[in-house]
Amino acid sequence: MNFWGYSISEARVVNYDKNDKAFAAYLAQKAPSSKLCIGCGGCTATCTAGNLTEFNIRKLQMLVKRGENEEARKSLYKCMLCGKCLLVCPRGVDTRKMILAMSEYIHRQS
Amino acid sequence: MYYDNFVLPFTIGINILIIYLIVRYTRWIRSFPKQDRKRIVKGMFSAKTLRAIKEVFLECLVHRKVYRTSPFLGYMHMCFGLGWFLLIVVGKIESTVYHTTAFNPPYFAIFFRFFHPANETFPYSNVFAFIMDLILLLILSGLLLAFTKRMYSKALGMKKTTNHRPFDLLILTVLWLIFPLRFLAESFTSGIRGGGSFLTHTAGDFFSQFLPLESLSYPAWWAYSSALGLFFILLPFSRYMHIPTEMVYIFLKNWGIKQGTAFNAFSEIQMYSCSRCGICIDRCQLNTSLGMQDTQPVYFLKKIRHHKEYAVQTENCLMCGRCEAACPVDLKLNALRLSKREDLTRITKYTYSYIPMVTPERRKVAYFAGCMGHLTPSVIRAMQHLFKQAQVEYTFIDEKEGICCGRPLMLSGNRSGASVLMEKNKAAIEASGADLLVTSCPICYKTFKEDYGLNIEVMHHSEYLNRLIESGQLQPHQADYTTVFHNPCELGRGSHVCETPEAALKAVSHKIATRYDGLNSLCCGGSLANTHITSTQRTKIAMDAVAAYAAYHPDYIVTACPLCKKTFSKKSTEIPIKDIAEIVAENC
Repeated sequence: MNFWGYSISEARVVNYDKNDKAFAAYLAQKAPSSKLCIGCGGCTATCTAGNLTEFNIRKLQMLVKRGENEEARKSLYKCMLCGKCLLVCPRGVDTRKMILAMSEYIHRQS
Repeated sequence: MYYDNFVLPFTIGINILIIYLIVRYTRWIRSFPKQDRKRIVKGMFSAKTLRAIKEVFLECLVHRKVYRTSPFLGYMHMCFGLGWFLLIVVGKIESTVYHTTAFNPPYFAIFFRFFHPANETFPYSNVFAFIMDLILLLILSGLLLAFTKRMYSKALGMKKTTNHRPFDLLILTVLWLIFPLRFLAESFTSGIRGGGSFLTHTAGDFFSQFLPLESLSYPAWWAYSSALGLFFILLPFSRYMHIPTEMVYIFLKNWGIKQGTAFNAFSEIQMYSCSRCGICIDRCQLNTSLGMQDTQPVYFLKKIRHHKEYAVQTENCLMCGRCEAACPVDLKLNALRLSKREDLTRITKYTYSYIPMVTPERRKVAYFAGCMGHLTPSVIRAMQHLFKQAQVEYTFIDEKEGICCGRPLMLSGNRSGASVLMEKNKAAIEASGADLLVTSCPICYKTFKEDYGLNIEVMHHSEYLNRLIESGQLQPHQADYTTVFHNPCELGRGSHVCETPEAALKAVSHKIATRYDGLNSLCCGGSLANTHITSTQRTKIAMDAVAAYAAYHPDYIVTACPLCKKTFSKKSTEIPIKDIAEIVAENC
């Protein structure tokens, strides 16, 4: 609905009970350092892909943890794996490993 | 006719071995792509074959590269390689001179002392006997060193030696038995009817005092022949398959066969060429810093060959190339590891469709900072300052909307994704009309040079700065402070750029020579190639590397890679880490 430039946002409720958490479990097992994330967004700020398009690693890992897998899957491949995020992360999250684990999971599912 | 039943084990063994090898190598080479087979035929009748023969002599027999790691170790390998070779060749000549024809069965030369009645002399028989004894002594001395190495590897300059399978230890024992048995057989025969020289003759006299040689001599020849036969039969299934395969590998390599992106027959030949000497174990920083002793090339290849699980080993490698630089067989260890990394993502042209087309300004010189370069803005500033100083008009390709060069994707096995990025970068570089591309990042440098197929010159900034200094466009003064140089893996070992960065650094500072210069430099631990180790483990590698350089007490640790700089800077609290561009800029 869009009335004269205004719209009504759809409800954003994360249904933790219904969402598929297998992806999150796989990620936690394959890239345990992803659990260290404090969501500071340093990775996103330095991201080569994020500089050019809507791509947000912080959000990506959060989506997976919530079980909103479809949205995560769509944006995952925008990553170029350049590794800048790895160097800026204050928590030592292996971000490249995280992305690779995600692609591996999706690859296995399909 | 010279014949005795005891030659049978040897004869059967060698025949089985030869038939097996012919079948194996033919199968491998037949499965090569057509292009490679053409290359073999072309290379066979050229000077490349002569080069290969020289290399076979120097590496398979003399073991020149092992000497570089440790002279004792080199001597030990040479005793076995060259010693055994000479024993066969001189033995053959000796038997030919005696029998006046080369067409005698192979066992005749091997067991010559048995068939030759010692009272019957022939031209130079004493000289031959002396040489043969000398060679046998050489091998036995090597054997003593080999035994010492197995018991206490540090004595031969190896901190860690390879762990072998029980089967390999069995064949090792058989190999070790061959030469003492030959010595005993020849000595016993000499003790009965004379012959031999300073070693076997003396030993024969000695043994005859207290041993019933008449009844021992014949069984000794049986034992010697059986040990040989058993060794030949076990050889294809053990690590000693490297002896014949290494030679085949050297020829194929010289004829122009390269390890491609896939693990193919040529990779298998390399895998079987690995002698499991274990030199790579000490070179690997995952071992020296983290105590990991199951991921070095020797174990990686061993696992593949014996069909064990190797997924972790495939990931757990810094690809720093320290092992490759020291490998006595010159195996392409990084390429082999990479060939096992699978492409799990499906990338199409549209995946990266968000990347805009960049049209840089047209200039003679193009500058590419790289992703990592953008993480160290001080390096970019230094380069901009230097371009200005040298009055070079340049265009900055990835100033605002730069993308990755593609090598990090390639290192994770994703070649299709990398090729999309490469195309985009290539278009931007070509649009600049430059005839020289300067890059600050060795990772980009390697891939620009090797994979992009650019028709222009590609230089790392350290090379470029050295050129500007040499041509006088930059006139830096030499500062008073001292520096050590950490050559990044991708630049030094990866692209063989060692001297130019050092020359540039010497022009602007007092560079201290270290044992890590050139191809021996360390890995900073920040390598993107390893996706297995944790950040704590990376920190440990970085700290150990910084400590190794800091031991020379320089005023600055200088590197030429933004990734190394970033990794080191987090860990070095006392000695500042600088890029070579910053040091040059400071003094211009």
